[in-house]
Amino acid sequence: MQLIKKFKILVLVTSFVIFVHPFANSTEECFEKTSRAIFKFNMALDDTIIEPIAKGYSKLPEPIKSGTSNFTSNIGTLLSIPNNVLQGNFRQLGHSLGSFAINSTVGIFGIFNPAEKIGLKPHKEDVGQTLGSYGVGPGCYFVLPILGPTTARDTVGLIADSFVDPFAHVTIREKEIFSSSGTALDYYSVKATTAIDFRSDNDKSFKSLEKNSIDLYSSLKSIYLQDRKNKIKNSTDDQDEWSNLDN
Amino acid sequence: MKKIVIYSISLLLIFQSSLLSYSTNPKDFIDELVNDVIDELSNKNSDIKQKAAFIEEIALEYVDIKALGLYTLGELRKSSDENDILRYQDSFKKYFLKSLTSRLTDYSSSRFEVLDEDKKSSNYTIINSKVIPEDSGPEVKIDWRIYTKNPEKPLIRDLIVEGLSLARTQKEEFASILSSNNNDIKILISKLDEFVNN
Repeated sequence: MQLIKKFKILVLVTSFVIFVHPFANSTEECFEKTSRAIFKFNMALDDTIIEPIAKGYSKLPEPIKSGTSNFTSNIGTLLSIPNNVLQGNFRQLGHSLGSFAINSTVGIFGIFNPAEKIGLKPHKEDVGQTLGSYGVGPGCYFVLPILGPTTARDTVGLIADSFVDPFAHVTIREKEIFSSSGTALDYYSVKATTAIDFRSDNDKSFKSLEKNSIDLYSSLKSIYLQDRKNKIKNSTDDQDEWSNLDN
Repeated sequence: MKKIVIYSISLLLIFQSSLLSYSTNPKDFIDELVNDVIDELSNKNSDIKQKAAFIEEIALEYVDIKALGLYTLGELRKSSDENDILRYQDSFKKYFLKSLTSRLTDYSSSRFEVLDEDKKSSNYTIINSKVIPEDSGPEVKIDWRIYTKNPEKPLIRDLIVEGLSLARTQKEEFASILSSNNNDIKILISKLDEFVNN
């Protein structure tokens, strides 16, 4: 048993070193053909299950939707707290802690978002972003079943998230806080609801992109990589490459 | 008959002057142009065809489609045959206009606000703005990359929606098509034509 555990760690570390080389080009694919096949599967899954649920969700009364969105977002803030510490971003740490404390109490378990009204707007941070802020390159790009686009670094980050996320500790690992804990089902339900909320919010944009793309797989890859880069830098890209055009 | 001709010419001149009447200051230019587009798209008296024609007219006049086409082609613009580049630019223009009008047909009423401007160089100014949907949707931050080499004629070169550049997304989409087709520009042109004709 011990040996299997050690082997798993070895595989993980080796994969990390191979795929998350700081100089690896993020536009390089790990295994494009497989990723494209998984992408097709994900699109079919979206058409048959996720999109209809998101459409149903979007028809709910506005207070229910915003309450659900606030609730899942408040829980998501918990993951940002250890990552802000790891990034040494203490200003954002203050925003995350303050927002979580206020929304969980005054905002009735996060259903309302009074923290935003007093200027607390925490950035969402995860381990993938923390690794990126340390200078770890994205590594190659691929698509995961159900979870969608990712890179080698972000996949390692995704696994690590469940170890640093306090919410995962009280749900997946059933660690008790004030003599109570949740279950893995709670964790995955919150994650699934977050995904549906996101899908519902972006339905129009997604449809438009689908309709106007010649190669949707590449468009989504570009959007994912740009978004991750912006999140790591906590700003938008300047795109100085435009100046090449004028020379 | 003479009256009709004069009337038609006057109408044409009024329409032309309305197209050319935007400020040259990038911030005011975007504010005026976008609010004009929003007014037209919200106009219940004009049908989809009229709206599409208006959008096309605005895009041809105020979007630097030629530069956008070259940017999205990437490094291939330097090594391709001149005739291929001309054919590509023609196809790209048609593709861009079709895709733009298609994106705007689902338009739902929104409020537009210019927030700030950031002069990057004598050639570029970024205009920060936000769109606030009048239904329940979240507000969207949009940055506009304005080409100001000719200060009398500012041109839009890119839209950065919530930090995501539409030009870069397009460029990377084309790069993927090209790399899986031996960097053959003719294949890209045929894919663009296919999109336009469908």
